[in-house]
Amino acid sequence: MIGYLLLGIIALSVFSYVFARRRAVAAVGGRQHELHSRPAYHGAFVAAWVGIPAFLLVLIWLTLQGPVINTLLLWSLPPGTTDGLDRGQIDLLLSEIRSVAAGNVFGEPSLVVQAAAERYLRWQTIASYAMVVVALSVALLGLLLAFRRIAPKFRARHAAERILNGLLIACSLIAILTTLGILLSLLIEALRFFEKVSPFEFFFGLNWEPQIPIREGQVTAGGAFGAIPVFTGTLLISAIAMLVAIPVGLYSAIYLSEYAHPKFRSVVKPLLELLAGIPTVVYGFFAVLTVAPAMRNFGELIGVPIAPNSALAAGAVMGVMIIPFVSSLSDDAIAAVPRAMRDGSYAMGATKGETITKVLLPAALPGIMGGILLAVSRAIGETMIVVMAAGIIASLTANPLEPVTTVTVQIVTLLIGDTEFDNPKTLAAFALGLVLFLVTLALNVLALRIVRKYREQYE
Amino acid sequence: MSDAAIGGVPPVREFASAESNRRVRRRYAADRRLQAYGIIAIGLAVGLLGILVTSLVVTGFPAFVQTKVDLATFVDPAKVDPKDPAAGNYRGLVRDALASFMPADATDKQKTEVTKILTSDAPYIVRDYVVSHPDAIGKTITVPIAMSDPFDQLNKGVIPKEVDALSWSQVRYFERLQNRGVVVEEGGRTSLKLDVYVDPAKIEPGPPPTGDCAALARDSLQAYLPDVHDTALFAMLADDAPDAIAKLVASDPNLIGKTVQVSFPFSAPFAELAEGKSPKVPNPRFTPSQIEAFDAMTAKGIVHMPFNWELFFNADSRFPERAGLAGAITGTFLMLLVSFALSFPIGIAAAVYLEEFAPKNRLTDLIEVNINNLAAVPSVVFGLLGLAVFIGFFGLPRSVPLVGGMVMSLITLPTIIIATRAALKSVPPSIREAALGVGASKHQVMLHHVLPLAMPGILTGTIIGMAHALGETAPLLLIGMNAFIPSIENMGILEPATTLPTQIYSWADSPERGFVSRTSAAILVLLGFLVIMNLLAVVLRQRFERKW
Repeated sequence: MIGYLLLGIIALSVFSYVFARRRAVAAVGGRQHELHSRPAYHGAFVAAWVGIPAFLLVLIWLTLQGPVINTLLLWSLPPGTTDGLDRGQIDLLLSEIRSVAAGNVFGEPSLVVQAAAERYLRWQTIASYAMVVVALSVALLGLLLAFRRIAPKFRARHAAERILNGLLIACSLIAILTTLGILLSLLIEALRFFEKVSPFEFFFGLNWEPQIPIREGQVTAGGAFGAIPVFTGTLLISAIAMLVAIPVGLYSAIYLSEYAHPKFRSVVKPLLELLAGIPTVVYGFFAVLTVAPAMRNFGELIGVPIAPNSALAAGAVMGVMIIPFVSSLSDDAIAAVPRAMRDGSYAMGATKGETITKVLLPAALPGIMGGILLAVSRAIGETMIVVMAAGIIASLTANPLEPVTTVTVQIVTLLIGDTEFDNPKTLAAFALGLVLFLVTLALNVLALRIVRKYREQYE
Repeated sequence: MSDAAIGGVPPVREFASAESNRRVRRRYAADRRLQAYGIIAIGLAVGLLGILVTSLVVTGFPAFVQTKVDLATFVDPAKVDPKDPAAGNYRGLVRDALASFMPADATDKQKTEVTKILTSDAPYIVRDYVVSHPDAIGKTITVPIAMSDPFDQLNKGVIPKEVDALSWSQVRYFERLQNRGVVVEEGGRTSLKLDVYVDPAKIEPGPPPTGDCAALARDSLQAYLPDVHDTALFAMLADDAPDAIAKLVASDPNLIGKTVQVSFPFSAPFAELAEGKSPKVPNPRFTPSQIEAFDAMTAKGIVHMPFNWELFFNADSRFPERAGLAGAITGTFLMLLVSFALSFPIGIAAAVYLEEFAPKNRLTDLIEVNINNLAAVPSVVFGLLGLAVFIGFFGLPRSVPLVGGMVMSLITLPTIIIATRAALKSVPPSIREAALGVGASKHQVMLHHVLPLAMPGILTGTIIGMAHALGETAPLLLIGMNAFIPSIENMGILEPATTLPTQIYSWADSPERGFVSRTSAAILVLLGFLVIMNLLAVVLRQRFERKW
């Protein structure tokens, strides 16, 4: 239905483009030089007036239709049906009505629900026909209004360009809308979480057991939401990753930018960058398939028990993934040090190594720090490697040989296979997401600021 | 400067002195050290890349072929009604066909075991063949049927027919005892000579003396390896080992309460180990009748390993030997299509506005900061956004390529915008000025001249963005795009779907051995697509990008 409607709107705009073009040519009796704007602009102007308002209307209609019908349904229920029900139970009732309306009847729905389901179906049909009618009439109205303005003196090019400008601005606002959407959705769900669980417990509690009972009488853990073990686990794995990535990345950047033959560099640098292009799910599988068993066998050999999903395995593999971030950003920072400083150092008789460690690295330090901060933010936000290779149980430990869990692992495990947004278990994922978003955002802003400030120094 | 300079005497530098030479040598050594660290670091990184690729290729390669049996099946008209071939008893047909590889007196249990050599779908494969060839009823047909996962692995040599009888740690215990010198050879057979304290608490003096001699034997063995807490250790003693104590004590009851040396016989696998062989037992995964039937098939030459086209043309399945990537590839394609349709026009429009038309003001700055930050937001956060806004607020269905594509387009937008801006910037000002000079409006300059010239760069950036989207997994898991898709019929942008990376994730989670190599194979396919896309981007850049 919606697909056909959108196709219809597009067809109507194409038709009005052709029609308006002809009309513009006819208005001057075929002498096109008498038109202020070329006929195509007249066509584009009318087509925009036909297509854009109708399209926007459909979008808004689709957004509002669901909530409006739900509200109407609740009003139409016999008085007293929803008394004493909280939000989650009302949602449950609505979804029951919807599933009955869709023909999936489980058990014997009550008469109230059956009647509501019939109303729901009827209203939905009415709504979709109304949408078609309203959208098409808006399109036709647009056609009528715009069509009447076609005249030799009409500045159609200016009008069409103004519309184009509006479209361009709208497209660039999507970036802001996305950020707003992320922030608002995370904030709203996180606030709902903090209504049920106190922020104090979340930020300072030492016990994380989010598996709360879903049915009455189900035996599960108590449902504790103290996120400290999750945070420390994230920090532990990120720290291991950085311990791998910083030395390897930094030393390879130094070698590639200062010592390496250009031919060697042109081969090795893309190879290193390949590490960043491999999907993270591949690294996760690599960790499970190769790295963790190898570590376990090594542990057995030296008599140290290493858990199969130890923080070490996940962190080390994540470190490998991050190497190219550290190396290419350090490479850029070292290359950005002005030639004069390098030459000055050589002129004093310094060796290459001394020039690097005593002149280039200190001068490039802010850039390198910025790169490392970006890499840390990447490590904290990395998901698939830890989902596949790290643990699920949150334990408060600094031992890299034991399994720990991370913020991203918890987000994924809490949300997989669960759609209801009304229990603290799913909402906790959004609270964790909010923390993750804010921390990575702060790290990025800080990193960009450091890098920019340092660039200004030399320019 | 220094104190010496203040004193008026310049410091003397002896450039040829031994001390100076040493210093120079030290400085150059430090330089070489730094260089060595660099080479080690690069070697490490490239080596790890090599290990990653090699381990994937080694484990994934076997999945590109599939063990099949050309099973001669007699389509018994008694079991398949020619009027309704789809409803026949095909399970019975396959069972009968397999009987020729078994002894005539095989029990029903053995027959059931042997049917497990073939995939569980075997009756349906035969049925599909008969339904499409109705004239086969009453004849013997030969249909290639995939073997089930364990036998596929057995044929490929991934699972051995025999396994080590002893665990690695059991061998270690044996070696430690050997080093203690208690493994001795006596009268042509090796035995374990241990000090046994005949504990009066455990042995009743009799006569005849009775008691738990087995516990006594275990205790004495444990005394030699006090740090080992592993019952597998006691498998070393033969079943009749306690009799050695019993015999000794019976012959001389005075030994109770004393420590004596007893020679214990080894159990069979350890006796073999003592002879320097590595003991084997048949793999407990297979029953003897299965192995017999498998060997009979191999001997007959009807087992072969053709290229596994099903990997590409089958949809997902619970059985590894039947599972393929068609559903995942279709889902990925649909998702990327949606993502491209959204992010390509929007990305270009945003970039054109920011690069060409945007006034220098706060709003523009805000947009630019936002785009840069979005590029660094963890992808799982976009998944949360999709879940809360697209599914929760707008009420779109879960698991569908439409939502996946929308989330992916948000993830790829910053990449495309940044690439497009770079491409627009690289179009020289002379083009714009010439167009403006002949009276084009700013929009005409943009649409008619700059954008077409920048298009190769824009396309390159878009392909790289799409390649990035192809590998994203976490946001798709959150919006449920890891559905189980057993058939690729009726897939659409509003039907549940799965994608390559999420398929890899689900397969990696599956316990069956066959899915390990399928996962690696799926990863190789994914990497293949990534390589193709990146090559396309490179070719596009080299062929069409103009240097001004």
